[in-house]
Amino acid sequence: MINKLWIGLIVLGSSCLLLTGKSDVLNTQILSSGKATLELVMQIFPLMSLWLGIMNIAKESGLLLKLSKFIYPLLHRIFPEIPRDHEAFGFISSNILSNMFGLGNAATPFGLKAMESLQKLNKNKEVASRSMITFLVINTCGLCIIPTTIISLRILYGSDDPSFIAVPCLIISFLSLLFGLFIDRILSRRNHK
Amino acid sequence: MKLISNLFIPIIVLVVIIYGSYKKVNVYDSFVSGAKEGLPMVCSMFFSLLAMIFGVNIFLNSGIIDYFFDFLKPFLMLVHIPAEVLPVAIMRPLSGSFGLALLNDLYKLYGPDSFISVLASVIQGSSDTTIYVITLYFGTIGIKKIRYALWVGLLTDLFMVLLSLIIVPLFF
Repeated sequence: MINKLWIGLIVLGSSCLLLTGKSDVLNTQILSSGKATLELVMQIFPLMSLWLGIMNIAKESGLLLKLSKFIYPLLHRIFPEIPRDHEAFGFISSNILSNMFGLGNAATPFGLKAMESLQKLNKNKEVASRSMITFLVINTCGLCIIPTTIISLRILYGSDDPSFIAVPCLIISFLSLLFGLFIDRILSRRNHK
Repeated sequence: MKLISNLFIPIIVLVVIIYGSYKKVNVYDSFVSGAKEGLPMVCSMFFSLLAMIFGVNIFLNSGIIDYFFDFLKPFLMLVHIPAEVLPVAIMRPLSGSFGLALLNDLYKLYGPDSFISVLASVIQGSSDTTIYVITLYFGTIGIKKIRYALWVGLLTDLFMVLLSLIIVPLFF
């Protein structure tokens, strides 16, 4: 699936540039994406390590397990395959909370830890498990109480009420989350047969 | 709202460290050994991200989107969808920064409180960069077969756009 998408992006983009005679743009795009990726990863790396450090304290002190126990009744219907009081619940809820408060740089390492612990439960390490896809849906819905970047952009352009969009954003992302979980259920059942 | 968001990080950090020392964990050593996990994580995410950014960059900068929307514009006028919003909607799953740049242009052109700008902001704010999230998470832990993950993600994004077209006008 990703393979086809990748081919499509490159072949469509390249042929459009070549047909319109902009091969110089194509050249710079090909050669600059390595640097762009490195810059992105360098932005993620320091804060990710910081949050992983904090998270490790929470894990070793048993705080994460407490969070897992607390959140279990809420999340076990969404993730029926994760055993009771598993640490994955702690990571998943930390990830959701950081996303809600608009802390993307903390959400990423927590999400990765969640995926790692779901991978430990996964039988076939190369195939995505059902819980992984469900967790992914929660993440791609961008459930967020404070969409920080957009609000600051609105402040920059002198909006009358910069944070007004938080309300429709929250309503819409919540409803699309429900829709996503519904679709996820249907497709996972169909895939099982 | 902003205060809660500002206090969120310091409170978490303090609670975790105080609770850790209360439970007699060597918090310093624990922090360092946890932080070390960051390096292998970054190393394993780099290559799948490189591949995806490579593809997405060629596609986004090819101008193919502009041709596509010039072609689509007359049809959109028929169903009363502001044509400027559509690039934001279609680019949302592919790239976060590209959408923000488009949003920036719309704000400049129509002002941040116009219907078009608010609609585009809501579309940008109610979702995340699906392709990036899939690449990042599945690439880092070494998943090769993502099964129906992309379908769920993209269908949800489509639903989000349609919902925005219905809900945002209610706020005006």
